[in-house]
Amino acid sequence: MAKKPVNFTLNGDARAAFAEDGQNLLEFLRRGVGDMSPKYGCGQGTCGACTVMIDGETQLSCLVLAEAVDGKEVRTASGLPSPALDPLQVAFMENFAAQCGYCTPGMLVSARALLDRNPRPSREEVIEAISGNLCRCTGYETIIQAILAVAEGRVRA
Amino acid sequence: MIEFRKEFFANERDDDLNEIGKPTRRQDILGHVTGRSPFFDDHQFDGLLHLRCVRSPHHHARIRRVDASQAEKMPGVVRVLTGKDVPANLNTLLSLLDFGIDDEPILSDKKVAYRGEPVAAVIAATEAQARAAVKAVRVDWEVLPHVLDVEEAIKPGAPKVLDIYPNNKFVYHGKYDHQKLRFGDVEAAFASADHIVEGRYQMSPIEQAPIETCGAIAAPEQNGRYVCYTSTQALFFSLGTAAKVLQTPSSKLHFVGGTVGGGFGGKVDSIHEPLAILGAMLTGRPVKYAWDREEEMQVGAPRGAERWYIKDAVNRDGRITARKFIGYFDSGAYTRLSSYAIIKGVGHLPGPYTIPNVYADVYCVYTNRTPATAMRGFGITGVDFAIETHMDKVAETVGLNPIELRILNSYRDGDMKAHRREAKNCALVECCQVVAEKAGVTLSAEAKAATSMTGGGGERARIPNYTATDQNGRVEGFDTGSYARKGGGTSPVSASAPPNPQPARAPQPASPPPSAKTPEQAPPRSGPPPQPPGARPAASRSGAMRFSSLAGFRRR
Repeated sequence: MAKKPVNFTLNGDARAAFAEDGQNLLEFLRRGVGDMSPKYGCGQGTCGACTVMIDGETQLSCLVLAEAVDGKEVRTASGLPSPALDPLQVAFMENFAAQCGYCTPGMLVSARALLDRNPRPSREEVIEAISGNLCRCTGYETIIQAILAVAEGRVRA
Repeated sequence: MIEFRKEFFANERDDDLNEIGKPTRRQDILGHVTGRSPFFDDHQFDGLLHLRCVRSPHHHARIRRVDASQAEKMPGVVRVLTGKDVPANLNTLLSLLDFGIDDEPILSDKKVAYRGEPVAAVIAATEAQARAAVKAVRVDWEVLPHVLDVEEAIKPGAPKVLDIYPNNKFVYHGKYDHQKLRFGDVEAAFASADHIVEGRYQMSPIEQAPIETCGAIAAPEQNGRYVCYTSTQALFFSLGTAAKVLQTPSSKLHFVGGTVGGGFGGKVDSIHEPLAILGAMLTGRPVKYAWDREEEMQVGAPRGAERWYIKDAVNRDGRITARKFIGYFDSGAYTRLSSYAIIKGVGHLPGPYTIPNVYADVYCVYTNRTPATAMRGFGITGVDFAIETHMDKVAETVGLNPIELRILNSYRDGDMKAHRREAKNCALVECCQVVAEKAGVTLSAEAKAATSMTGGGGERARIPNYTATDQNGRVEGFDTGSYARKGGGTSPVSASAPPNPQPARAPQPASPPPSAKTPEQAPPRSGPPPQPPGARPAASRSGAMRFSSLAGFRRR
């Protein structure tokens, strides 16, 4: 039951913390590091509420061992403002793209990763990019509209 | 896209509204998009303990023995709770509104009536340790026959789900084994109808499936108080339930909620708060009790299944002259909110249509399925599905367009509804006309000219001169005045009534913080003593009575 040291970058800041034996990245970020923005929804990689970026790729943090991010860059929703709000955050607010807000951090991470690699996605590409993020409140349309608003340059941040 | 049809009811509106019709921002949206909204599990506690339940693998079984001796010795285990640790180990949610008899243990100690019912709770230092210890609790089961279908459950000789309600049916108003609606004489109308249209409709249970699973974290505060962070969507309901179950004044409980990761009705049952607080009381440490996704789906109470039989008398021109309902709500193993859902549903019958003769017998039936609870319009949506599907069947029978049939039968302002209230502010005719327009359906000139504001009242405003009544389903031995047991048990008086199982004992706080295993030696609680068995509740019942008109207790 040895604790393992994990050195990584969280939202641009160098961090070091001990991971419990077998601890997943979601628990490590929340309990070990104190970043509460990734959420537990299913623990089995189906809901997307725990989505984070590891070296620019979206990953489900409930399915990743904490020690696997040693030496890597992790981004979460709490790191999106830099320092002003990300245009996606503004667009989500303006388009009523969140109701309960629980899926929102994971949804934003998926949307940010999409726009980073493809700044002008089509509607179909937006839908594909958030297809791993379940939302029970909005019916998705307002989320799609918010992401497209950023892609089409209709949001100032 | 929202489209406003301002031409309708223009003279009933000022149109000087500040918010409606304009985009607005949620007040909590900034927290949501920055990941800072404080959901219950986002609160950190040093020394947090984790509570997980030992659950029944059987639909229906008697508990012969629970042996936690192995589990108690496992690494990280602080305590194992069973029913005897819960001060008032029997509750029904709506007892706070004086509606229904306490029927559901917090931790079952005699028998289980659905798969996944909790019989013990393990509190351990980590979630993994709690999971391991749950597997080490040995339960000696005596498996009983079970019943999973509402109509099977009410047949003679069916397995008895609950001891307190006869024939697996909730008792309404202390009098009947179903909720009745009688308006006019349906049988007379059936005898003279051009068509009889019958249908059977069924809905399965639906899980609310919030992305945040249900849970709560409780921790000792100063001055013998406990704080409870919870995902509840009914904070004061959960507070009242916890106070009752823990036999603790609500002033000792500090509830923090309001940030709910999706509820949809699935977070009103107040399952987690009492056990999390009890754990904090008995260990002196913060305790988290949350469902994982599997538990949310298996034991989280869904919208209940419903089965409806509808029989209509219909004239050749499409006018419906009588409608009869026989309805079965699947309450699952315990009452929760199903009894109330039926009250609400029967008030809604026969749907938004003016039908001069209406009859309904609606049963709240217990089965060995997961207990049902609230979900988005529960009590209404199921029967609406049945009614509207049936309307299409009626339209087909008489050869009318289904939209036209609805316009013909819609409530008009001033009509008398089956529950004897006047219909006001009706708008179904106008909605149907817009639907027809959008769907490209051509309506007759008459249907196009119809409005909700004309054609109602007069003869249609009258309560029928004769209403056929009956004593079918009469139940003896239940108190018609109040369901409240209030620690004393005033009802039922039938021989099958269970003894009041409550020990008059509260779990012991906590000043100075207790060690993990001291509650048995703790001093008696300081609150008022429980009332002796048989006593009538002494406290004012104004709160209960205010709601009682809902349940039909108030004489009209």
